[in-house]
Amino acid sequence: MSVVYSRRLKKELQEIQIEQADPAKRAAGIQLLQAEDLKTWYFSIEVLGESLYKNEVFHLMVRFDPEYPFKSPAVQFVVSDKVKPPVHPHVYTNGHICASILGDDWSPTLSVMAICITIQSMLASCKKKELPEGNDDYVRTAPDNPKKTRFVYHGDSV
Amino acid sequence: MSSDYEYSDDEEYNEYDDDEEAMDVEDGSTSSEEDVEMDVYDDDIKVVSEARKAYEVDYRPLTHQQVKDLMVADIEYISTIFGVGSDVAALLLRHMDWNKDRLTEKYMDDAFSISIAAGISPVPKPSHSGPDRSKRVTRSSKSSKKIEQATISEPFLCPVCFDDTATDTLGLSCGHIFCTGCWAMYTVSKIRDEGEHRVLCMAENCGVVALNPFVHKVLSDDEDTCARYDELLVRNYVACNKNLKYCPFPSCDRSVSCPTASSRSALSTIVPTVSCGADPKHKFCFGCSIDGDHRPVLCVVARMWLKKCRDDSETANWIKSNTKECSKCQSTIEKNGGCNHMTCKKCKYEFCWVCMGPWAEHGTAWYSCNRYDDKSGVEARDAQSKSRASLERYLHYYNRWANHEQSAKLSVELYMKTEKKMEEMQLTTDLTWIEVQFMKKAVDIVENCRTTLKWTYAMAYYLENGNQKAMFEDNQRDLERAVEDLSELLEQPIESETIPVLRQKVTDKSVYVQKRNEILLEDTAKGYLEERWKWNVVVDDL
Ligand SMILES: [Zn+2]
Ligand SMILES: [Zn+2]
Ligand SMILES: [Zn+2]
Ligand SMILES: [Zn+2]
Ligand SMILES: [Zn+2]
Ligand SMILES: [Zn+2]
Ligand SMILES: [Zn+2]
Repeated sequence: MSVVYSRRLKKELQEIQIEQADPAKRAAGIQLLQAEDLKTWYFSIEVLGESLYKNEVFHLMVRFDPEYPFKSPAVQFVVSDKVKPPVHPHVYTNGHICASILGDDWSPTLSVMAICITIQSMLASCKKKELPEGNDDYVRTAPDNPKKTRFVYHGDSV
Repeated sequence: MSSDYEYSDDEEYNEYDDDEEAMDVEDGSTSSEEDVEMDVYDDDIKVVSEARKAYEVDYRPLTHQQVKDLMVADIEYISTIFGVGSDVAALLLRHMDWNKDRLTEKYMDDAFSISIAAGISPVPKPSHSGPDRSKRVTRSSKSSKKIEQATISEPFLCPVCFDDTATDTLGLSCGHIFCTGCWAMYTVSKIRDEGEHRVLCMAENCGVVALNPFVHKVLSDDEDTCARYDELLVRNYVACNKNLKYCPFPSCDRSVSCPTASSRSALSTIVPTVSCGADPKHKFCFGCSIDGDHRPVLCVVARMWLKKCRDDSETANWIKSNTKECSKCQSTIEKNGGCNHMTCKKCKYEFCWVCMGPWAEHGTAWYSCNRYDDKSGVEARDAQSKSRASLERYLHYYNRWANHEQSAKLSVELYMKTEKKMEEMQLTTDLTWIEVQFMKKAVDIVENCRTTLKWTYAMAYYLENGNQKAMFEDNQRDLERAVEDLSELLEQPIESETIPVLRQKVTDKSVYVQKRNEILLEDTAKGYLEERWKWNVVVDDL
């Protein structure tokens, strides 16, 4: 683990914890659930206000690449007995997300919280609850880690 | 352009005269295509030849340095006419996929826009109006939460690593500043892990690309990554240039220039087999990704055939086995040489491994092991017998195709054993090294011609029945017979007393085999130009 990796994540974690403690600063609908180490973090995400996902709560799993922040983290929705991924044209039923911020558009100056907010707004702006095209094929052949997938990012309408 | 390189057999082709090379670069500034078309090479890169064979294409093997020189010439050309530095010119060219004409057009039209698009200049600060249409993910929302931008005032806090003690900082023309350590880690990760030559500014949403000197500066003591970066740039240049192709052999850094095969339409009349010149084995097709020599069959037909073989691999698998049963006494016979003339150890029945027919008839005019008798297909009326007939037909060609491939391998393997014996003989007798080399040459010829034969079966499978196909199959049969004869000679027991006679026979046969191979390739190549070959399927994926 590099010095940059740990200093950077400790700093991000510290900022998130300060924000979470302060309702004025907190990003509404996003909550850190678990960050026991500097490898995998969990967040809960919900869209507040009017949206197709009213009253639904989702869990995000964020796994850090050893070269974070130069490489984006692997981010996916948790699929378990308790929580399901959202039905969304860019979210596969295995929890993988097709979003350019997690791939080509990642920049080392972005942060975990920036990703959470992007994904939250991706849900908020959704016009129709439907699965991605080719969901079944993708899920059948998908690698465990979504970062191994070369996504073709769908449209501008996210 | 006046530098025609002439090669002789024993000359190292990668060692050009320095003066010539330097001249090339100067001249190359006009256009690389011209540069290349002037130098005509024969297939085996022996001499510049005017009487080129119809089945050969003009091409030029290039060393890594020569490709670099072509790239530099393009950069210098743009640098001169635009009046910009060569690093800026290089980035503009990379942005336009090295298309000088389109770049010139666009640059003359709107130099400012293209400089932004290429990542040379930052996007000017907008007087924000309207939605940001260039981005796919909502950018506005996350900007509120991004990690705060460094302020240039003291103390500097690197916005990537949060180090506030870093004293060495760097930034591109956009003014986004980061610590040198972060730049280095980021650049190494881009180049090494992602194989990316476009090193973008680390700031979110900033499209400015690092120029070459910046990358080299950041990587200062990391020579490996620097070399990798330079190679990525050259690879990108080659990938964008229709006239150039890298040698596909692993860890070979040479390439080939072949403008005559650069258009898709050219591939409907030529099979551009080329060689990078590093090794006789480094032969490949300029027109497609099939490695090795697939003459005489066109790229598109070869691709079709390989796909068919993949799709039908299960049905045809049994053929590849090395053992068969003698059709007379049913004892198991193993094939361990390249020759298809088999003799059953038990009953002494002599037969052909491919068709299992009696060998004695193979030399006669009425017997054609290579031709498929379409009777059953013509007679087939119901769907089931039709599909059986079409499978039988396919297996006829596939069987021979696979057998030539296998026989070529077996010949080479068998030769390894022979070679040892020959070397021993050289020590115990008064034979010279040269005198024992004839076997090696003959094995190479057999391997080569079996490759031709192999592909003739892919070709014949798709050729429409008729006179033309019959003539093609005559040539195929003659070559096949000659190759089998030579193959058989190569499996003769070698004794020092018989070597002079064997040597004469092998040499004579080798000459004949090569002649037959040339006749076949020449005739098919001319047939493409004369549009003589009619296919039994639609061949238009060109
Ligand atoms: Zn830093
Ligand atoms: Zn920048
Ligand atoms: Zn090569
Ligand atoms: Zn080809
Ligand atoms: Zn037998
Ligand atoms: Zn034999
Ligand atoms: Zn036969």
